[in-house]
Amino acid sequence: MDNAQYRNVFVFAEQRDGVVQSVALELIGKARDLAVDLGEKVFAVLLGKGIAASAKKLVEYGADTVIVVDHDNLKDYVTEQYTQAMYQVAVEYKPSIMLFGATTIGRDLAPRVAARLGTGLTADCTKLEISEDTKEFQMTRPAFGGNLMATIMCPDHRPQMSTVRPGVMQKCTPDASRKGEIINFAPKFDSSKFSVKLVKTEKEEKGSVDISEAKILVSGGRGVGCVAGFDKLRELAAVIGGEVSSSRAMVDAGNMPHDRQVGQTGKTVRPDVYFALGISGAIQHLAGMEESECIIAVNKDKFAPIFAVADLGIVSDLNTVIPLLTERLKKEMAK
Amino acid sequence: MKILVCIKQVPDTTEIRIDPVTKTLIREGVPSIMNPDDKGGLELALRFKDKFGAEVTVITMGPPQADLILREAFAMGADRAILLTDRKFAGADTLATSNALAGAARTLDWDLIITGRQAIDGDTAQVGPEMAEHLNIPQISYVAGLDYDGKTFTVKKQTEEGHQILQFEGKGLLTVLAPAFKSRYMSIGGIVDAYDKEVEVWGADKVDLDESKLGLKGSPTKVVKSFAKELKQPGVIHEVDAEQAVELIISKLKEKHII
Repeated sequence: MDNAQYRNVFVFAEQRDGVVQSVALELIGKARDLAVDLGEKVFAVLLGKGIAASAKKLVEYGADTVIVVDHDNLKDYVTEQYTQAMYQVAVEYKPSIMLFGATTIGRDLAPRVAARLGTGLTADCTKLEISEDTKEFQMTRPAFGGNLMATIMCPDHRPQMSTVRPGVMQKCTPDASRKGEIINFAPKFDSSKFSVKLVKTEKEEKGSVDISEAKILVSGGRGVGCVAGFDKLRELAAVIGGEVSSSRAMVDAGNMPHDRQVGQTGKTVRPDVYFALGISGAIQHLAGMEESECIIAVNKDKFAPIFAVADLGIVSDLNTVIPLLTERLKKEMAK
Repeated sequence: MKILVCIKQVPDTTEIRIDPVTKTLIREGVPSIMNPDDKGGLELALRFKDKFGAEVTVITMGPPQADLILREAFAMGADRAILLTDRKFAGADTLATSNALAGAARTLDWDLIITGRQAIDGDTAQVGPEMAEHLNIPQISYVAGLDYDGKTFTVKKQTEEGHQILQFEGKGLLTVLAPAFKSRYMSIGGIVDAYDKEVEVWGADKVDLDESKLGLKGSPTKVVKSFAKELKQPGVIHEVDAEQAVELIISKLKEKHII
């Protein structure tokens, strides 16, 4: 395989019901860094029905070119239809790199496309970079349940493919004045292979929340005090897109339900950010949350053991800090 | 109906620890188990067998010790077990693994293939869909339910927002979520019989595929480096007023790309 024929960084611009998913914009942000390092361009591939209007948004977020495949066959995501379209785009435009969001769609589509192209695919990458000296594409991902990190390359096959979980990469700030090229691409579909039919899609209201799945946890302990105290935490959680959890003391006191309890007798959590608010940090509590990526602790007692595991420790009264923080975050999120 | 179930022996990653001094994986004493999603897949196959009648074959690729999970599958109710073991399979990434399994599947008779969604040691979720592609059959991933009317398979697929109902006829491959199919226990009689049954051991010569597609040679991706995640150092404690506290928290959230 002549690798030099393969150029440019492609992003699968996942949309659902016509809405471009955040992960696609994040990947375009990362693709920009990679493309700059390689001296190449960013291509977004937008598949769907009646979705062409979203192409402009992809340009604003950093795509140089958007390949639009607008077709009845692509109205809803079905594996084979999308695979045929992505495969033909890859064969036609010969990307050096192809990125997919690690969603239920991306993780279904990317391996199918990779196998059809006969190339490698690296799942759930947390870091993607171009080596300075050799200009090689390096993909880093966790292995063994996150106990180990591995850096992986795909030296002799193109395109080099990876998936990345939502929330891992950074979007660019959108620029409405950015100009990009829009290409309409018409694949040749082989409908004889469309053997799976989508009968219906059912959206479910999320009932009880699994705090171990949450990316951000706003957790309260004795320092929060009462049931009403948790309202402040709920407001903060709502603004930042997190869930509320608590220490055992607050569950025993009847202020929080047991399914929100973090710790040895509750749940083990590993969110990206764990706010420990008014939690002293008993060893049983620490056992359930010390693996969190970032721990922000607020406590009046500067000798509280929670500070030993905190990335950021604030000795202060949470009842004043949290409402202020919530107001400030509202402004930050509106930017 | 013949069902082929692909299973994998994995280290129980919840038991893995990092040596704080050498920063390497402590492998000693870590139990090997049947991958949970694969066990869910086997359970689905066995439920199908209970309801509609089916012959369930389990297959795994791995070292000779992987025999253990095939015995476990026998004890749960599998009818036939195949162990793909050969140095030529070693060092396989997901594409080479899917090639080997698909190569074995080509020599077998089946109507439906079931795999777990993903294995807990790699978490890639790629082998099932890649295998389906090699075999030129449709796949449905994230499966949480299955029904069959004698002709059409009706499948419930879990998504981020809820679920989808999909249908197909003919051959297909499903990747299964463990929580949807809580697995049965091995029966006492089953455990006893499991050691009388024969696990068929296949080398690379039994697989319908060119050797260049197998193992390290057939793997497009290469691991160039592995390392332990850096253990965190406790951060700084600030005794500040509320406004300064907010500033510190905001800058931390920005540093971590949360906002």
